[in-house]
Amino acid sequence: MNNLVEIINLTKKYGANVAVNNLTLNLPKGKIIGLLGPNGSGKTTLIKMLNGLLTPTEGTIMIDGNYVGPATKSKVAYLPDRTYLTMNQTIREILDFFQDFYADFSRERAEEMLKSLGIDPAVKMRTLSKGTKEKVQLILVMSRNASLYILDEPIAGVDPAARDYILRTIINNYNPEATVLISTHLIEDVEQVLDEVIFMRYGQLVLYTSVDNIREEKGKSVDAYFREVFAC
Amino acid sequence: MAWELDADRPIYAQLVERIQREIVSGKYQPGEKLPSVRELAAVAAVNPNTMQKAFAELERSGLIVTQRTSGRTVTENTELIGTIREQLATGHVKNFLNNMQELGYHKEEIRDLFDKVQV
Repeated sequence: MNNLVEIINLTKKYGANVAVNNLTLNLPKGKIIGLLGPNGSGKTTLIKMLNGLLTPTEGTIMIDGNYVGPATKSKVAYLPDRTYLTMNQTIREILDFFQDFYADFSRERAEEMLKSLGIDPAVKMRTLSKGTKEKVQLILVMSRNASLYILDEPIAGVDPAARDYILRTIINNYNPEATVLISTHLIEDVEQVLDEVIFMRYGQLVLYTSVDNIREEKGKSVDAYFREVFAC
Repeated sequence: MAWELDADRPIYAQLVERIQREIVSGKYQPGEKLPSVRELAAVAAVNPNTMQKAFAELERSGLIVTQRTSGRTVTENTELIGTIREQLATGHVKNFLNNMQELGYHKEEIRDLFDKVQV
């Protein structure tokens, strides 16, 4: 099976509001994919359904041959757009927790990355700057040996140098068997590391193609093309 | 340092050009071992699959060769390197001459200017 993720006729309604509308999409293994769309286009709703945090109204999602559920949770590493870590724990305590919780967590990898950034595992989360908190969370997520990494706005709110570090971490952890799905508005910053991009609007798929296809056919960057497609 | 890449052209094509340049200029010598796809992708700050595509293209042109045991090396065919070097240089000269023509320069004037201008 070549597809890592198979989404069929997926719909999510919040009352009368349709957040994801009859979406069908297959994602292969070994790709870094950008999930792009304006605010309210359904990106986070889709991500939450991929994680099993929301139940679809209709349709199905399979990840690595399993319907979303306990079996897929062990294969999906998720970086939410908001923090879920306990602020009065030390980084070391959080590492203990992750090691305990996720069989695929590589503590060694996490400690190595923390060291390379000069982050002391003995300090409490609350003492860290916003950007450093984001780096710690990304390190935790990328230290799992998952099949699917889902990163919701991983670079919002960090400085350009930290962005470079985060993107480099994603490249360095690249595994041909795994796929990384990155939701972001900062297209210009990420497009060099993406294979493919998904454009969403009103909960529907607008486009799913490779970065170099857009550049070749349109003669412009994904960022410029996005601005054209979603011009207000 | 991440490589400087244009935003409006395919990334893999720009990677091919850059590596070609480094080979014909002698930064990578004939027969020299090249960094792995993963290493070079990390240096350039690009997607490893895109770097892989660039390497495949360079292999097709014969400029780099996959060794069964030791990764990829620059070809030892210096004639081929020379040919590609001249192709690239010819392209630059053509561009230059076109630009000069647009400024209304003739060949003689360009030659005179060549002698005057120092880089």
